[in-house]
Amino acid sequence: MSAYTVEIRVMPRASLLDPQGQAVQHALQALGFGDVGSVRAGKHLVLQVQAATREEAAAKARTMCDRLLANPVTEDYECSVSP
Amino acid sequence: MQRVAVVVFPGSNCDADTLDAARAAGSEAYYVWHRDTDLKQADAVILPGGFSYGDYLRSGAIARFSPVMRAVTAHARAGGALLGICNGFQILCEAGLLPGALMRNARLKFLSRPVRVRVETTDTPFTREYERGEELVLPIAHGDGRYVADAQTAAELNANAQVVLRYVTENPNGSMQDIAGICNAGRNVVGIMPHPERRNAPVLGGQDGARVFLSLEARNATQHAGDMRAVDGRHLRV
Repeated sequence: MSAYTVEIRVMPRASLLDPQGQAVQHALQALGFGDVGSVRAGKHLVLQVQAATREEAAAKARTMCDRLLANPVTEDYECSVSP
Repeated sequence: MQRVAVVVFPGSNCDADTLDAARAAGSEAYYVWHRDTDLKQADAVILPGGFSYGDYLRSGAIARFSPVMRAVTAHARAGGALLGICNGFQILCEAGLLPGALMRNARLKFLSRPVRVRVETTDTPFTREYERGEELVLPIAHGDGRYVADAQTAAELNANAQVVLRYVTENPNGSMQDIAGICNAGRNVVGIMPHPERRNAPVLGGQDGARVFLSLEARNATQHAGDMRAVDGRHLRV
């Protein structure tokens, strides 16, 4: 077993309204960043996971996302594993 | 007299009002702590409003893994009446006991005020005492009340008359199809965003919410629940 760092990015599904992202975009425009076309706000989680292999760490992370870390109705996620 | 269990999660804050409303309707209501695994022969279970676990990660996402939820799920699967109010509705969606999800209000603001809703079905244990099409004034108090579901789920909700309450006059949170409350296909699990326990007596400005609790005590509601248990071949009252 060794420790892997798993980074998980959870984003609101593209087809759904993201009012938080919109509010950030409006704030950026108010600051003069009028060239920002869109903003979407999600979550970034960093986990230390014990696993035998990198693949096992990734599989565990996907299970965690399916069961808790992301809502399958409203969110998509991506995982990346580094030693 | 129905036995009504009001589940208390860390961060629940409508539990006392909900208990009072159930008692005012004549039920034998009592609290069940989220770590308990026994619902004490409840006829009906209510998940009250609040901010369980600080709404961390997503509203209701962590509460659904509380020990009590195993018993709540078994109660629902056996056909027992189960109501989620506000945060309770969010928990039921996260737990997969109701379809869809509740997202941040479209205009981001936390909304705490009375709204108008229409009763879309009386065929649930919590709406039997209303008239279909009746309009009610009930308070909302939520930041995450925008109901969303995929197109197939939305079609099923409408085809099976599973929408329980809809906002009328205005849609406060951007909810899909003005949905304020739904039930499951079995009709025994109901989730609503408005707070009937906050408007169940004239002193609170109105009593449009009282019949949610009176419905449980109504004779036909008992018979309905009895039928469902008989079909399932099991009794909730051990």
